[in-house]
Amino acid sequence: MQKALETWSISLGALLVSVLLVAVFIASTGNSPGEVFYSLYRGAFGSWFSWQNTMVRAAPLLLTALCTALPARVGLIVIGGEGAFVVGGLSATMAGIAISTAPPFVVLTVMMLVAGVTAGGWLMAVGALRYYRNVNETISSLLLNYIAIALLNFLVIGVLRDPATLNNPSTYPIGDQNMIGAIGDSSVHWGLIYGLVACTLMWVLARKSIFGFAADVTGGNIRAARLVGLPVAKIVMFSCFLGGAAAGLAGAIEIAAVQGRANAALNAGYGYAGILVAFLARHNPLAIIPYALLLGGIQAAGGLLQRAHDLPDATVAVIQGIIFMVILSSEMLYGRFRWFQPKKVV
Amino acid sequence: MTEDKKALTANRRRFLKGLSAGTAGMAFASQMPSALAADKVSMGFIYVGPRDDYGYNQAHFEGKSALAALDWVKAVDEENVPESLEVQKTMESMINLDGVQVVFPTSFGYFDPHILKLAGEYPEVQFLHCGGLWDATKHPKNVGSYFGYIDEPVYISGIVAGHTSKSKKLGFVAAMPIPQVLRNINNFTLAARSVDPSITTTVVFTGSWSDPVKEAEAASSLIDQGVDVLTCHVDSPKVVVETAERRGIYSCGYHTNNAVLAPKGFLTGAEWAWSGLYKHYAELISGGKPIPNLMRGGLKDGIVAVSPYGAAVGEAAKVAADGVMKKFMDGSMVVYEGPIMSNTGTEVVPAGKSYPQTDVWLESMDWLVEGVVGSTQA
Repeated sequence: MQKALETWSISLGALLVSVLLVAVFIASTGNSPGEVFYSLYRGAFGSWFSWQNTMVRAAPLLLTALCTALPARVGLIVIGGEGAFVVGGLSATMAGIAISTAPPFVVLTVMMLVAGVTAGGWLMAVGALRYYRNVNETISSLLLNYIAIALLNFLVIGVLRDPATLNNPSTYPIGDQNMIGAIGDSSVHWGLIYGLVACTLMWVLARKSIFGFAADVTGGNIRAARLVGLPVAKIVMFSCFLGGAAAGLAGAIEIAAVQGRANAALNAGYGYAGILVAFLARHNPLAIIPYALLLGGIQAAGGLLQRAHDLPDATVAVIQGIIFMVILSSEMLYGRFRWFQPKKVV
Repeated sequence: MTEDKKALTANRRRFLKGLSAGTAGMAFASQMPSALAADKVSMGFIYVGPRDDYGYNQAHFEGKSALAALDWVKAVDEENVPESLEVQKTMESMINLDGVQVVFPTSFGYFDPHILKLAGEYPEVQFLHCGGLWDATKHPKNVGSYFGYIDEPVYISGIVAGHTSKSKKLGFVAAMPIPQVLRNINNFTLAARSVDPSITTTVVFTGSWSDPVKEAEAASSLIDQGVDVLTCHVDSPKVVVETAERRGIYSCGYHTNNAVLAPKGFLTGAEWAWSGLYKHYAELISGGKPIPNLMRGGLKDGIVAVSPYGAAVGEAAKVAADGVMKKFMDGSMVVYEGPIMSNTGTEVVPAGKSYPQTDVWLESMDWLVEGVVGSTQA
């Protein structure tokens, strides 16, 4: 109880401080902070259209954030979400093209499974390199991003290319009948629901299961985990696998709900934005949901800031950066306020 | 959802937003719906990269900025919009929150599926895409395409480069081996070799429209190989032109006037001149006239232009380039006139055969002409 109160108070405090700093920044650009905040609100949450805009942008972040959050629970800083997203989208497209005449339900299921397994394996390699060869997981996962993007470009320009896509090299389409539609009357696709379900399931796994407890022990002190006989290698690699699978699923959804075929547009930065969300949520899968919405909202409003206030696109990056820095700095406040600590039993 | 129902919901949505019923119900079936002669023409521009890249995006931004001179036009824009759902949401946001009547999503990859999807949902809005992809048999009537024969000013660059080069080696940094890019490389090379047939162009593909690190590496390695005039076809020419200047060789610009990037070595360059076309569109809309679904033109239509010659360009080069320019302006210039050999030794254009600029056969080009060092297999 006190722990939850501590988390809430510090997070809210950090958000307030970042709002203040953002206001100072906006004032320094010669704009009125009040008007800009109103535009932010209007563009992100001010109407049903804006809400849909925000949710659509948050949907992939829910899954790519898990890619950093899950390995973080075993103590690994993995930033390979972008690569896993691309590998997932690419493998899902290949699977989808191969069986595009099967019933759509089968096609979509196979696409997502293939994406999950391929992208999961992609990042499991990072866990294995870390565990068996002591290779720094942050660097190896970052480099794998570049390899994934190069692989995508190579295949899309080469063997997988649909010859009809003259000036925008792309693969063959998976077929309109195999596309995921929108939820009801809205413009938000079902990927949002996949993301929400995945975050909830991962929260249950992390907080309510034996595996989650074992992962927390491994992340807390790997020697202690070994000492008590936990299968540390399996735990590390499975956590990386789950993270990769989540990002891969996001890639498959990007193909099945938006693009319809793989091309260079698959590499749109969702993987990197996911890192930010995971850190903001302090690697708690359930907390990813509000932070993904917050970031999706800022991005949704970014366009309006450009159009209504003549601010450059970099403004959004600065706002995100300020929030990120303040929330990360607030980490050191945990345990500093006696008020939140449990009373010592004498 | 059927097409009709889609149109209906979109209209209802706009109606509820408090727009006039007249605008909401407006949708011609036969030709592109042109907006009412409202008090202000409202236009929205979307770029895939930054407004100040000295390149593709800046060219469109300069076109949009020229509209500021017309007080009856309201133009909004947004930069760095990826070719994903984000561009769909940006278009919708411009339509719903800014009330734009016509959207100009300028990146090639915005067309399919993003523009096509929204065009169905907003039949009363016009979507004009830069790239020339519109096809009457496949695409909605409220979508259109515009593009320019940028390879014409590239040909002029090639003439000037051919006259200026001393090493007889030209360099070309290119994004990917797609028809548009191959055509620029071929035009540049054909022009230079028309000056001196011993000239070669070495091409390096970076595999990406925007990868400054690889562009710098490619430029440096070309210069190390003895190239003394460099040009490029990537989204931003900044890195290539600046690298050429720093290493003391000549350069030809692309997309915008790059003279400021290379005060010493800049020769000339191929530029887009969108301001005229964008003003033309604004006039059509305000006059309530139908907008043609396809707009295309070259130097003589004022859609593309040649950058003013730099200080390093000699008299002979100027005379030769002006001569070719004159032929482009009177329409007598034909670049692809046989016999033309490819750099793999096959005859691509037989003797006696010629393809004028407007020939669609040129738009599926997958070969490089003799004299180009490089392969279409990136």
